[in-house]
Amino acid sequence: MKFKAWEGFKPSKWSEDGEVNVRDFIQNNYTPYEGGGEFLAPPTKATQKLWDEILKLSDAERKAGGVLDADTATVSTLTSHAAGYIDEKLEKIVGLQTDKPFKRALQPFGGIKMAEQALNMYGYEISPEVKDIFTHYRKTHNDGVYDAYTPEMRRARRAHILTGLPDTYGRGRIVGDYRRVALYGADYLIKCKERDRLLKDGIMTPDKIRDREELSEQIRALDNLKKLAQIYGYDISMPAETAQQAIQALYFGYLAAVKDQNGAAMSIGRNSTFLDIYIQRDIDRGILTEEGAQELIDHFVMKLRIIKFMRIKEYNELFSGDPTWVTESIGGTGVDGRTLVTKSSFRILHTLNNLGPAPEPNLTVLWSVGLPEKFKKFCAELSIKTSAIQYESDDLMRPEMGDDYCIACCVSCMRVGKDMQFFGARANLAKCLLYAINGGKDELVKDKATGKALQVSPLFEAITGDNALDFEEVKRKYEQMMEWLAKLYVNVLNLIHYMHDKYSYEAIEMALHDTDVRRFFATGIAGLSCAADSLSAIKYAKVYPVRNEEGIVVDFRTEGDYPKYGNNDDRVDDIAVWILKTFMNKIKSCYTYRESVPSTSVLTITSNVVYGKNTGNTPDGRRAGEPLAPGANPMHGRDTNGALASLESVAKLPYEYARDGISNTFSITPGSLGKDEEARKTNLVGMLDGYVTNGGHHLNVNVFSRDTLLDAQAHPEKYPQLTIRVSGYAVNFIKLTREQQNDVISRTIHQSF
Amino acid sequence: MIGKIHSFESFGTVDGPGIRFVIFMQGCPMRCKYCHNPDTWGTGGGMRYTAEEVAARALRYKSYISNGGGVTVSGGEPLLQSEFICELFRILKANGIHTAIDTSGIIFDKAQLDKLLAYTDLVLLDIKHIDDNEHKKLTGHSNKNVLEFARYLSEKGVDIWIRHVLVEGITDNDEYLHKLKSFIDGLPTVKKVEVLPYHNMGEVKYEKMNIAYPLKGCEPPSGERVENARKILTR
Repeated sequence: MKFKAWEGFKPSKWSEDGEVNVRDFIQNNYTPYEGGGEFLAPPTKATQKLWDEILKLSDAERKAGGVLDADTATVSTLTSHAAGYIDEKLEKIVGLQTDKPFKRALQPFGGIKMAEQALNMYGYEISPEVKDIFTHYRKTHNDGVYDAYTPEMRRARRAHILTGLPDTYGRGRIVGDYRRVALYGADYLIKCKERDRLLKDGIMTPDKIRDREELSEQIRALDNLKKLAQIYGYDISMPAETAQQAIQALYFGYLAAVKDQNGAAMSIGRNSTFLDIYIQRDIDRGILTEEGAQELIDHFVMKLRIIKFMRIKEYNELFSGDPTWVTESIGGTGVDGRTLVTKSSFRILHTLNNLGPAPEPNLTVLWSVGLPEKFKKFCAELSIKTSAIQYESDDLMRPEMGDDYCIACCVSCMRVGKDMQFFGARANLAKCLLYAINGGKDELVKDKATGKALQVSPLFEAITGDNALDFEEVKRKYEQMMEWLAKLYVNVLNLIHYMHDKYSYEAIEMALHDTDVRRFFATGIAGLSCAADSLSAIKYAKVYPVRNEEGIVVDFRTEGDYPKYGNNDDRVDDIAVWILKTFMNKIKSCYTYRESVPSTSVLTITSNVVYGKNTGNTPDGRRAGEPLAPGANPMHGRDTNGALASLESVAKLPYEYARDGISNTFSITPGSLGKDEEARKTNLVGMLDGYVTNGGHHLNVNVFSRDTLLDAQAHPEKYPQLTIRVSGYAVNFIKLTREQQNDVISRTIHQSF
Repeated sequence: MIGKIHSFESFGTVDGPGIRFVIFMQGCPMRCKYCHNPDTWGTGGGMRYTAEEVAARALRYKSYISNGGGVTVSGGEPLLQSEFICELFRILKANGIHTAIDTSGIIFDKAQLDKLLAYTDLVLLDIKHIDDNEHKKLTGHSNKNVLEFARYLSEKGVDIWIRHVLVEGITDNDEYLHKLKSFIDGLPTVKKVEVLPYHNMGEVKYEKMNIAYPLKGCEPPSGERVENARKILTR
């Protein structure tokens, strides 16, 4: 073997000189596990003490208004801060974003204005020197974007037909293969990147120049990663020799990423089965016990739970509850049919028992009908107990993505270290329908100069007259308006990602990717169910426009009933499918930056509340300002044929047209899941199996009653760890704004009696 | 064959084993004081569907209900539309789906029942009250048919789950519970006995329908009393 650290591992392609192939290492060395959770160990005293400390800090942070401490002067880089600890003597896995726990880092490369505003909002003052440097000498991503934005892009942004554009902070959603640090050590990875740089030679086209510059940045970042480890007294230049070293090295890789980038979603990959190989080797060697193994995982997860970024309050309105999307993908089935579940898949989920529920890391089970039954039951049991897990169909993703992909953010899959993505924002398709009716004039936003409705799109023929809306006419205009919106949206993203590459390149994350990666261009849509119900109302009932004095349709009068999405009724579900396909086809026909592969997601995070705020009355009867449904969910309370009918409507959306994921958030009361504990577990497993069999992609599972939420709203101090799944991620319920809490409370909670 | 249907529940988990597609039939001759579905009483209303349509609807959930679950017909009183259910179950059985009827047993027509039982895997029999007088007070009908119905099912070898709603001051009485238990003991095909604690979540429906709620102010039984009933009935 090349390295002493590899003793006991089975060599194969992964260990040949010049190769970096983590999947091959896993396939040749992991131990599938078909048993149950009976082997798991409780938390150690050190774990309990550390977690108590973190709970105290969390409480203090909440009482301080959301931020406990913030750096105002040191710009965060891989090596910017001295070592920081919670309790150095007790921590098996070390490393913090700054020199103190819960102290937020200063990350101005995305935009200095935002960094300054965020500090101001929480009562801090940015250092004048940093402000001066980033205003006069070092341009940021945000400056670049605003230099290039067109007037039309600014209008669309102002009117919120596009919302959540990453033009002021890190784009995120890029997942480094942090396992490489543990398996190969930094020196070997540097050597491979240096070789790749030599290959980028010949005619110096702009693309090749950029590649060479980026590779140099990557190599420098790997060197800084070694220095970061040294600050904590570790040498990661060589491969990890033990489980502790492997977890520590992997975590340093991730820590470097979050010190470098304040990306919206900073997911961590698919690590538990990889780490299991090291844990199993140490256990076999007699140098690690089950208690010791669980302690390592608990301490690792504790670190992931306290990742934090400094954000402005509007950001928190869009993405409630201060999420970081430290998504860890667990389980799944291998291409060869063996389960990828190992004992460490259990260990990482078991942190929900040992440390109690928490929104982060975003534990994501890759569900496959072929998963071991005992693992399925174990997941179901934890979902019922904690509402902290999300499920995504491995059976749907594996055929195309293989068996070493991970979920970035909520529902977006990428092969680890082989794919990256350009993500950003969502197109509000409910509002787009109103634009189709009003000829691209905004129903809420006024032109500042004239005081009249703002013309957001180019001039476009509006629907005139007071007759009931004609379905075919509306549909035709809607399709045209979607074409305009898709083009604009893709162009905005092209521009944003060009600037992000230029001014805030993710050097350490890309250093942990193959040099020649596949890039996705990940768009997103919001308001699908509202738009589908609105079109259904126009088709099956009579919908009359109500105009204001300016002639803008600002409301609708509906006569008769109509089929509603969420009831497994093809009449309206087919409309939802049509909307998705149509929009995706428009996206596909656009030029996308760096030859990226276009995709879309039906995912809103929690921004369905903000999108709703900025959308006028819609033909389905929804009032202006009311929230849209999250992700691909039916509108609140309209799915009246029970849970499965609701799931089936969502499962009809074709995944091939939404490769970036179709999010569904499902809530049910414990009693409606079954009469006793055993029945609840069995029924939840049956539900997930059925959903996946029928083509469903993603499911957030919440098991609670409305009363619990109401009580938590009234007495937050009683529920410090109440975790609920919202749209592709989980939040600490008491950290939501009151408005967001009310939205969650008003969602459909399936209940039968 | 047309059926009158009140509503569907695609994820039933409390009316029979596993995940069940539940069909609530319209119409019921009983007027149980604690009924939480007064909107299913009238025989005039309901949506009209053919048995084929309902079967197709249920079979859309085959991936969910074919592994330990099935279809349950509830109500209302399903046996009011026995022929329809017979046709529905025939299609479902041909597709390998487990079938159950959730009934009060108040309608007992041997010839009809024999036809239906050929396609029925399980009967959930809700015995409202073991005492005939009390049964009359509670439901407006004698329980003679109900008990005969139960005995007949057992003779025919049909699996039964007995269900019994526990209401303070009506059924929550040790003497009655013991009496019910000895009746159940005479039924060899009973596989399970379920105690259903009374709840008042149906009260809003009465308000909406403008009918006086007969059990106004009646509280759900305590956990202790539910446990007591369970002990007696499942000993």
